[in-house]
Amino acid sequence: MAIDSDVLVVGGGLAAITAAIAASREGADVRLVSHKSSTLRQASGLIDALGYVPATEPATPLREGPPTAGRELDRDEWPDPEGPLADPFEGIERLPETHPYRIVGVDALREGLALFDELAGDAYRGGHTDRNALLPTFGGSVKPTARYPAAAEAGLASDDRPALIVGFRSLTEYDARAFAGRLDAAGVPFDAAGAEVEFAEAFRADAKITRLAKALDHDEAIDGVPAREALAKAVAPHLHDVVDEAGGVDRVERVGFPAFLGDDEGDEVRAELADRLGADVFEIPTGPPSLPGLRLEDRLFDALDAEGVRFETGNPVVGIETEADGRVETVAVNRKGRETPYGADAFVLATGGLVGKGLDSDREGVREPVFDLRVEQPADRYEWFVDDAFGDQPYARFGVRPDERGRPLDGDGEAQYANVFAAGGVVGGADVAREKSASGVSLATGLVAGRQAATEATQ
Amino acid sequence: MDQQVDVVVVGGGSTGCGVVRDLARRGLDAVLVEKGNLTHGTTGRMHGLLHSGGRYAVSDQKSAKECIEENRVLRDIAAHCVEETGGMFVKRPEDSEEYFQEKLEGCRACDIPVEVLDGEEARRREPYLARDVEKAIALPDGAVDPFRLCVSNAADAREHGARIETHAPVTDVLVEDGEVVGVEIEHETGPGKRVHRDPGATEEIRARHVVNATGAWAGNVGEMAGVDVEVRPSKGVMTVMNTRQVDTVINRCRPKGDADIVVPHETACILGTTDEEVDDPEDYPEEEWEVDLMIETLSELVPALKDARTLRSFWGVRPLYEPPGTGTEDPTDITRDYFLLDHGDRDDLPGMTTIVGGKLTTYRMMAESISDHVCETLGHEATCDTAEAPLPGSESEARMAELMDEFGLRSPVARRSGQRLGSRADDVLDEYDPNPIVCNCESVTRAEVQDAIGDAGSDLNAVRLRTRASMGNCQGGFCTHRIAAELAQEYPEPVVRDAEDELYQERWKGQRHALWGEQLSQAMLNHLLHATTMNRDGDPANLDSEVDFGAFDGGAEAPDAADTGGETGTAAADGGRAADDAVTDGGR
Repeated sequence: MAIDSDVLVVGGGLAAITAAIAASREGADVRLVSHKSSTLRQASGLIDALGYVPATEPATPLREGPPTAGRELDRDEWPDPEGPLADPFEGIERLPETHPYRIVGVDALREGLALFDELAGDAYRGGHTDRNALLPTFGGSVKPTARYPAAAEAGLASDDRPALIVGFRSLTEYDARAFAGRLDAAGVPFDAAGAEVEFAEAFRADAKITRLAKALDHDEAIDGVPAREALAKAVAPHLHDVVDEAGGVDRVERVGFPAFLGDDEGDEVRAELADRLGADVFEIPTGPPSLPGLRLEDRLFDALDAEGVRFETGNPVVGIETEADGRVETVAVNRKGRETPYGADAFVLATGGLVGKGLDSDREGVREPVFDLRVEQPADRYEWFVDDAFGDQPYARFGVRPDERGRPLDGDGEAQYANVFAAGGVVGGADVAREKSASGVSLATGLVAGRQAATEATQ
Repeated sequence: MDQQVDVVVVGGGSTGCGVVRDLARRGLDAVLVEKGNLTHGTTGRMHGLLHSGGRYAVSDQKSAKECIEENRVLRDIAAHCVEETGGMFVKRPEDSEEYFQEKLEGCRACDIPVEVLDGEEARRREPYLARDVEKAIALPDGAVDPFRLCVSNAADAREHGARIETHAPVTDVLVEDGEVVGVEIEHETGPGKRVHRDPGATEEIRARHVVNATGAWAGNVGEMAGVDVEVRPSKGVMTVMNTRQVDTVINRCRPKGDADIVVPHETACILGTTDEEVDDPEDYPEEEWEVDLMIETLSELVPALKDARTLRSFWGVRPLYEPPGTGTEDPTDITRDYFLLDHGDRDDLPGMTTIVGGKLTTYRMMAESISDHVCETLGHEATCDTAEAPLPGSESEARMAELMDEFGLRSPVARRSGQRLGSRADDVLDEYDPNPIVCNCESVTRAEVQDAIGDAGSDLNAVRLRTRASMGNCQGGFCTHRIAAELAQEYPEPVVRDAEDELYQERWKGQRHALWGEQLSQAMLNHLLHATTMNRDGDPANLDSEVDFGAFDGGAEAPDAADTGGETGTAAADGGRAADDAVTDGGR
């Protein structure tokens, strides 16, 4: 016997949760099934909307002709992207016509962000303005983003207060001195210094960031000193490290740390550090494992629960079980080795892109494995890439191509199934990495897919 | 700073490094110049096979005998560069029995120790061999790390007074009165180790003799001196798997053909290869069919390769040579022997000798032979001891086992570090505390990276080759920025940034040839990490135009926030949440 709902959402990331909540608010009975933990926990926790309109012409090769072994790109000729954009909405019309923002429309992005603001509550900032914020990344650059964790707020690059970037000798993600130098090279309107301090040394040389966060949560004693006090003591000697243009010494007014300032007790940890240091404290989002990503995932699943959406994780949807008249009736869910049919009036596919395994590939081609939806791609896999790693990579735009209701299209431009909608990374046409649009695309397409699925189901 | 020396050796591959070591040990004043980093050319782009000689036992017994002889020498003098994997020539049902017997007899005739295995025994030793492999010849093939080998040779040469200049391309061969008298080089980044953004200079090095050991590039150097050296460069693909499906070298037992060898190397297996003549050793197509051929054909021997994860592919160019007039059509038929061309005898241009052809396994023998020739030409009497004198780093094998206790490092890091560093391990590992891992895939620690930076400057590709950092599954996605961060102790920020970009782009080159399945997912993850999370592509520090920071969000409590907040922009007392949102999420 099939397990039934009005709308079945397949996936567990930002797009899936957005779609599930959007569908639920249209009055549909919604169920969400996800396989593994989502890629949210690998993400930085920043909610990007649109930061750049990237160049689509290739970097100029030094020689004419086909790709060859020794061919180098002329780095001086690399085209710059348009940006960083202060206004994420005004750049949309300059994106390619096949971009999901162009298809679902700018209002979907606005509404998606508004829904996010509501779900994230006071943990996030940026909703007070249409403008992008610029925030330091752990690579030492600054990046345009639409929403940011409250924990990152004191790090805004448009703030002119002098800042200290703290790095740890036992952590290898960045070197604080190079970090500060890079901020300087970006022309930020504040003076910055970097200091590599000893603190995390008390832990094993390769202790994970999550381990450090727990120590700060519980204020564990490190060599007899409580962790928060020990951390403040390690940083205190560097509070006057900033030298301004005139050569004068400034006391820093804000201090940036890698994002490990507590897991459950982050606000308290930051407040205590700020108090001890006499300066605002901010987190710099890091790569995986990312605490801001994990915190956001927890918060969103809480929101899903509060919304009354049933969800189950750990069970992959393996394919269509029954279909009729161009509509999917049931899908097969693998529950501990047994395939169980799940029926719904409409389905939202939000399984992610190449990273989240929403797209699968081999030497012959790229596939969407659940509904076998069409994935636009060059036939020859040597046309899936360009020579500049940061160039206009065709593989970065792989995915299904939806209509304005979010339904993936077949080769003739018709909806492949009348009741299947797609959202998030599985949707192609965007280079979310270079555009800095990943979260925005998930929010906009998730909102549309969820609402349209509900409409389809409750008709 | 022009200099007069005895010999200039051009080319920092295995041959050039071997020659400069030999000459220095014989007491000559020698300089090695290399346009890239050591192994930049063919040496750094091979599959790492230490030949037993078995491959040539039928077609070229002279080469086969040289191989087994040098195979034994290298196990002795370069233990830290060699993994004694052993090898097999395996026969499938469709492969000729007659050839199998010829191979066996050939090996015996060349004094290569062999053992015949039936299919079952072969599979007992290598469980992933195909079910229908009928039998195999086991012999002492091995894996050699060409980079460690070259670095050790260069280090030994330096200890004996030689000068090693990398990133120093030869821009002219100096000819005066019908005689070669030296070379002009350009220091791309100033003399010594490489530093990004350091301006270059040219230098004349005058020498009594010039050795052209540039392999596939020998024609270019010859041209600068006005002589013809007709090298016939031939490309071959090598495809890198993410794990060791086999622990011994697996060869296909048939006369000749593409895609007939799998070499285990460090944590990976390398599939090889093709043999296609090219016009220019630096500009030739890297083709899809070559990669496909490796996987399709070699999975006949090891079926697990068919669906296994490949990390990248790379191509190398063999410096094949044959005397003028030989006219061999198929590059696979060109001899693998080496040739010593004395341009005085050959072209009436004394003062320069070119060495071409040959292979890495016999590099020391080639170096000995050319050093003999140079000494004779210069009237210098000295004997060669390179076959007996151990290379730096190889003296003590037992040290590795002690390392784990000594440095309190957890396995397998200490073991791997110990293997990579050889007997230098305690010098290097002692210095750093804490010593976190910088590259997780290959377990490379800070101490090793710092040691390599000390040696190679800000050239992170040279650091990579010395340490294997960024050569694992993630292909640098999770560690290029960390490796670059290690430069920050010594170098200013723009150098760190340039070095990071250069390594990341280099890592991308090889991945392009493995872009499907898990490695395509990895490439996308790397793209997201470096472009989305770090914004390395859009960093204002790299852009031409300046950013108006005042046009961006200055925070909800910034003085101008209320003016520019747009339609929802009431800066609220609740920490910046717009008033209407604060109402709707009031329940949360």
